[in-house]
Amino acid sequence: MTTPLVDMRDICISFGGVHAVDHVSVDLHAGEVVGLLGHNGAGKSTLIKILSGAYQADSGEIRIGGDKVDITNPRDARAHKIETIYQTLALADNLDASSNLFLGRELITRFGLVDDDAMEAETRKIMGRLNPNFQKFAEPVSALSGGQRQSVAIARAVYFDARILIMDEPMAALGPHETQMVAELIEQLKSEGIGIFLISHDIHDVMELCDRASVMKNGKLVGTVDVNDVTDDDLLSMIILGKQPGAKSA
Amino acid sequence: MAHPDTDLPPVRNRNLFQTLDLDVRLLGMIAAFAVLCIGFDLVTGGRFLTPRNIFNLTIQTVSVAIMATGMVFVIVTRHIDLSVGALLATSSAVMAMAQTQWLPNMLGLELGSPLIPWITIATGLIVGTLIGAFPGYLVGYLMIPAFIVTLGGLLVWRNVAWYMTSGRTIGPLDTAFLKFGGINGTLGATGSWIFAALAVAAALYGLYATRRNKLKHGFWVKPMWAEGVIAAIISGTILGFVGILTAYEVPARKLARMFEAKDEVMPEGFTLSYGIPYSVLLLIFITITMTLMASKSRFGRYIFATGGNPEATELAGINTRWLTVKIFGLMGLLCAISAVVASARLTNHTNDIGTLDELRVIAAAVIGGTALAGGIGTIYGAILGALIMQSLQSGMAMVGVDAPLQNMVVGAVLVLAVLVDIVYRKKTGAA
Ligand SMILES: Nc1ncnc2c1ncn2[C@@H]1O[C@H](COP(=O)(O)OP(=O)(O)OP(=O)(O)O)[C@@H](O)[C@H]1O
Ligand SMILES: [Mg+2]
Repeated sequence: MTTPLVDMRDICISFGGVHAVDHVSVDLHAGEVVGLLGHNGAGKSTLIKILSGAYQADSGEIRIGGDKVDITNPRDARAHKIETIYQTLALADNLDASSNLFLGRELITRFGLVDDDAMEAETRKIMGRLNPNFQKFAEPVSALSGGQRQSVAIARAVYFDARILIMDEPMAALGPHETQMVAELIEQLKSEGIGIFLISHDIHDVMELCDRASVMKNGKLVGTVDVNDVTDDDLLSMIILGKQPGAKSA
Repeated sequence: MAHPDTDLPPVRNRNLFQTLDLDVRLLGMIAAFAVLCIGFDLVTGGRFLTPRNIFNLTIQTVSVAIMATGMVFVIVTRHIDLSVGALLATSSAVMAMAQTQWLPNMLGLELGSPLIPWITIATGLIVGTLIGAFPGYLVGYLMIPAFIVTLGGLLVWRNVAWYMTSGRTIGPLDTAFLKFGGINGTLGATGSWIFAALAVAAALYGLYATRRNKLKHGFWVKPMWAEGVIAAIISGTILGFVGILTAYEVPARKLARMFEAKDEVMPEGFTLSYGIPYSVLLLIFITITMTLMASKSRFGRYIFATGGNPEATELAGINTRWLTVKIFGLMGLLCAISAVVASARLTNHTNDIGTLDELRVIAAAVIGGTALAGGIGTIYGAILGALIMQSLQSGMAMVGVDAPLQNMVVGAVLVLAVLVDIVYRKKTGAA
């Protein structure tokens, strides 16, 4: 068994009295897609925000490539080549697509000024791969549709050579064609050896794209399964009933 | 070099404003300003748009305009700074005390020593930056709302200034220091025209460099005739402005006194232009620096990003708390620079210096299109806002409107300006 790329062990975090994530352990290997499933409020987003540096766990540890790491803010996560597509997209609405894509990592000219033209050219290139119909490069992203905004958030996560990619419902607002393009993108990134956490409510997508799936319910981990060993219905019952497949009901 | 996979922008019909790539909002403000000036000029029978009055208007605007550029950054990040007038007063008090008492008495520098103004200014700027940055720490790290922190700051710093000077008027200030006040330090005609020529050259080069960059990436550029129109407008504005300032000449009586003081006889027909005041040069320099910062520096990019979505900016790995400290520190620095200009213009430090400036500065930024909801604002808008406010005030005074009525009008204009802005943004669908 190889060392996992990411190993989150026994993670706990609570907000006030709510145990949003309660002793959860998940892991992810290079070139693997692990699906995170669960009902609304199960704790999926909270769990991955601990990995992306948005939150700090109350207890538990994170290992990357076997080494214990401290991720205390989003900068630490970026330094570990962890990129995240947030469920809320986390875009600055008043800035245009390229300013958002390069936010915090702007390209600069030799005078130290932000090179907007170069950034726009790069943005045009990557958007050409993700969503060729995308044309709104000059407008603030508040003027974009939900799917277009999602494309910008996806572009930002994949542009910077991530090693670990976190996708929190990346296809929620996408049309069928764009969804297909993201599915192809995931296959390609996977073949490049990138590890991906994919949060989705679409069981079909999960069965299609993921190698393993971890199911959460009320902040606890129900279990992790190999998608080849289970059916759609098994996954569904894990989500709804919170039981491992095959476990006999009392 | 064009990128093969850069898709070409779709062919669109562009109207005149789009072709010229002009900011319609800015044009609206300039139009309002022009109407205001011409209106006052008609009512006063041509006394408003004289070189002398324009010169005075310009130097009266500088202090508020300098602070307004910093207020844009503060408001864009969804904060507010109510203490700028008090910061100005404290910086001014520190500088007045430094040049008239501390440096001569404690360091033994002789009054009139060429070191005094520079040590004074350096001290003032450092003090301003520090007492500006401290509330930034309270806002950014301790999460106390800026409204409260700076309301407290207003009381504290206004009274620190009072306490330090025992409420006295401190002066006369150093003669070299007074050169930053306006009329006592100007470039003269030759210097002004050299400056104008350099400014036109720089503007033309800027246009050229922008176009070259866009072409390099294969982006859309304006047609050459449109570039020509823009270049002509910019050059015309620079040359016109300098022309007006140099048209204002030192009054004959004052000239005669200057010659008498030197024991010389004034030649027949001798005239002398004031030209661009150093304080205005300072404002121009600050405007350009702040504009570059706002639109072309990482610092500025993060300021606007924070205004648009603070959480997203934090998630992008930007330390928004430290950013807040820097923004307020910059505001403090600008208040100290304004303190130099304001006290030099008055030739004294007075106890009420900068009183109500917080309101003028916020009004200038807001009239200039800075949105209190954050994320939107421009430096040139704030400067124009400051000019509009000052013209309104001076124009009404010249017409003979009573002081209370003047303030009522200014208050109403502020509210109206914001209303117009809201309607405009709704109409154009801008955020
Ligand atoms: N910042 C917060 N403050 C307080 N409670 C929070 C916070 N973030 C999440 N929670 C709570 O933690 C629990 C888990 O939320 P989380 O967003 O992780 O759910 P999720 O599994 O991503 O759900 P969804 O499918 O709806 O996105 C919820 O009960 C939520 O109310
Ligand atoms: Mg979620």
